[in-house]
Amino acid sequence: MSETAIPSSIQAAPASPAATPVDPSSFLRDKVRWRWFETVFWLATLLPFFVAETYLILASQIAITALFAVSLDLIVGYSGLVSLGHAVFFGFGAYIAGLLSKHGWGEPLTGLLVATAGATVLGYLISFIIARITHFALIMVTLGLCLLMFELANKAHWLTGGDDGLQGMSMWPIFGIFDFDLYGYTAYAYSLIGLFLSFLVIRRIINSPFGLSLRGMRENVRRMPAIGASIKRRIQVIYTISAGFAGLAGGLLAQTTQFVALDALSFQRSAETLVMLILGGAGQLYGGIIGAMLFLVARDQLAGMNPQFWYFWLGLLLVVVIVFLPNGILGSLAKLTSRSRRKP
Amino acid sequence: MSISSSPTLASGTPAASGVAGPIVLETRDLQKKFGSLVVAKDISIAVPQGGRYALIGPNGAGKTTLINLITGMLKPDSGAIFLNGQDITQMAPATRVKRGLVRTFQINTLFPTLTALEAVTLAVCERRGEAGVWWRSLPGYGEAIAEAYDILSSLNLAADCERPTRELAYGQQRLLEIALALATKPSVLLLDEPAAGVPRSESAELFTAIAGLSKEITILFIEHDMNVVFRFASRIIVMVNGSILVEGAPAEISADPRVREVYLGSGYHD
Amino acid sequence: MEHRALFRRGRLSRPAYPNVNGLPVTPRIASLLFDGFAYGMLLFVLSVGLSVTLGMMNFVNLAHGSFAMIGGYTTVTLMRSWDWPFFATLPVAFLMAAAMAVVLERIVYRRLYGASDLDQALLTIGIVFMSIASAAYIFGTTQQPIEMPAYIRGRVEIGDFSFGVYRIFLVCAALVITAVLVLGLDYTRFGARIRAAVDNQRMARGLGINVDWIFAVTFAIGSGLAGLGGALAIEVVGLDPNFALKYLVFMLIVVAVGGMASIRGAFITAAMLGIIDMFSKYYVPEVGAFVLYAVMVGLLVWRPAGLFARR
Repeated sequence: MSETAIPSSIQAAPASPAATPVDPSSFLRDKVRWRWFETVFWLATLLPFFVAETYLILASQIAITALFAVSLDLIVGYSGLVSLGHAVFFGFGAYIAGLLSKHGWGEPLTGLLVATAGATVLGYLISFIIARITHFALIMVTLGLCLLMFELANKAHWLTGGDDGLQGMSMWPIFGIFDFDLYGYTAYAYSLIGLFLSFLVIRRIINSPFGLSLRGMRENVRRMPAIGASIKRRIQVIYTISAGFAGLAGGLLAQTTQFVALDALSFQRSAETLVMLILGGAGQLYGGIIGAMLFLVARDQLAGMNPQFWYFWLGLLLVVVIVFLPNGILGSLAKLTSRSRRKP
Repeated sequence: MSISSSPTLASGTPAASGVAGPIVLETRDLQKKFGSLVVAKDISIAVPQGGRYALIGPNGAGKTTLINLITGMLKPDSGAIFLNGQDITQMAPATRVKRGLVRTFQINTLFPTLTALEAVTLAVCERRGEAGVWWRSLPGYGEAIAEAYDILSSLNLAADCERPTRELAYGQQRLLEIALALATKPSVLLLDEPAAGVPRSESAELFTAIAGLSKEITILFIEHDMNVVFRFASRIIVMVNGSILVEGAPAEISADPRVREVYLGSGYHD
Repeated sequence: MEHRALFRRGRLSRPAYPNVNGLPVTPRIASLLFDGFAYGMLLFVLSVGLSVTLGMMNFVNLAHGSFAMIGGYTTVTLMRSWDWPFFATLPVAFLMAAAMAVVLERIVYRRLYGASDLDQALLTIGIVFMSIASAAYIFGTTQQPIEMPAYIRGRVEIGDFSFGVYRIFLVCAALVITAVLVLGLDYTRFGARIRAAVDNQRMARGLGINVDWIFAVTFAIGSGLAGLGGALAIEVVGLDPNFALKYLVFMLIVVAVGGMASIRGAFITAAMLGIIDMFSKYYVPEVGAFVLYAVMVGLLVWRPAGLFARR
């Protein structure tokens, strides 16, 4: 091997794209392309309007929870962080939207904006702590913050209604036209649009260079500073963004149900959403949505069931999924399809 | 000592020809201990630009520790580190990388599920300050991707660049280690046993890549294979038990009886 | 003006402050201190196993509370169905919990030793759910009262102060257990192996120590202690299926703030936790557990590895 074959690209001058015989960009473009089944999926979300009208309320619950799950996925699935208390932002957004409405301002869109902004600020403040700790301490701090907020909301009876929940909300019609009807048409349309638009933004984030750096952080946090990345700043940014979307989901919940229960801030909600995410598959873009769908539909169908049975089977499902399907349903599907597509 | 017949970097560097470039990497009296275990004692080195320095010594001598200290992954108890004349002792590791001080890892520290192309593109984007952008899609960064592809091509990884890192052969992964380092456009490159675990049949590629690196890049590498060391190094630093035993040109080192006794042993032939 | 009960039943409540003959006794500081310390000792027995196994195996075992519950229900069953005396049930509670731990470890846990924190946490949460559901199914959802022998139910009067006999027993039991653990770790060969495995697993393996076996035994002992704690807890805080989750948070706080694999840290933290909780319940009940969580978060941000961390 002669030394004269020194690749020019390694030296100071930048590479000329025209010299590459294969276009590497096309491979990456292919990865982020909008797929046909995605279109099918989103079209299918319109079905409840025509086919299952009695389930519109449930459908809007699913959409809201799905958004919350996807916001959690940004942190857990894509960045590799742990959060046992993400409901903090969900509940915070819900209470802000609720309080705004209760005290006179019932306009939905601006209320939602304020709720999202509030949750984003809270996320930003907390992200300073999150960026500095790891492992068990991180688990405990996220758990502690959630329990803390729950206690706070519980004791601040006068503000939040405590155990009884926040009552007295009344929402004005959206754009002055669309009333929040009892059947849930407006509620579902509102939640679905909220979910869809947020999803588009999140999708863009995931497919951006930032999203790539998040995955790098998840895959090997040690290597990141070695390529010049500041982990702390990345964590802070994604945590803030994730909190914002969680707050948005919470705001949607408050506005569509015109009620905020203490449960919105609870560890229970955080844990359940985590379960949904793992079920569907973390880091799989649609994992949170699929997980939320399966979980909530199952719970609705089995509502008559003894709660003890529900918890038992849920626990068992969790154990089985973690042991045998570590990437959740979507992840295992992806593995199956890629294996069958692999050239010999 | 036999010098291989094919041209090596050693003969072409300024140091070997007797002219020293400006000192780009310098440490002064670095000290580090863990409890009573001394891992670095009075470490002072000065590497000129374009130098090809080899760091050798028995296992546990503190070679990787020294790299950890230089890159900032470990904080020294005392002493100072200078890059291009600037004191970087208090600087964060990521900042040092941005200044051009880059290392590779002895044990592959890669991104298992990212494809090789994605991994190197990530490193390129980090360097270009584009990795913080969350509002634009990655495929839009054609220049960065093309640069990443070029680096991979130069290391013969282009054909497999679309495969996840964990599916690559071990030798390819070692090359990817170097690719990641190259993507950050280092001015000082610290290679920690670049060929560790790579069978001899595959290491030729690796060394061609290393040999092909620009003369402007300064390299300090840890290596156990003496043939490699004498082929590439213009100067050798020998470490034992956390201290520098001796430093000098390859010829001096191979003739030094202390070094032979401590490290070279009977496997080496003249 | 709304009058709130001194001790509201929330998710993480404790029963009302103990009273004698139905009349509330005005506690003095010493009483509060002692009762808080006793409560802390209970927490210590419950948590020390988690501290060691978390620090040693690096396995996030959120099902630790379930083992405590197993011990508690073992005691209840033996006493109610077979008329066993309370003290005789304690070793059995220990053994049952330890046995369950071994079974779980062999079948499920060891598959996830290398998995992420999140996966381990979720797996063990799943096990907690199953254990709570099973307990509710078998024993019902109400509290399980048991009859303690008369001599342990009374109070001891020393001058102006009065202390519950059971709590004195708790404190003594915890101190004995602490002594056994510390002496065992420091002076036996097995203890030395445990310490080696905690300090540097790879090196320990290299020295020929059968680390897997050490893990299994330590895990069994730690979980057994939780079971013992669960049995001891019945008289103080009651037992119902939610025990596993209710007290898990406190066990986690003891371990996180005390520092993993630190018996001393667990002891001091548990004692402080018990005392702080007792005082805040009495003097500032409207604040609730908020202060506790805030302090924990603050301490962890300040010292992420715990106050008494080994490294």
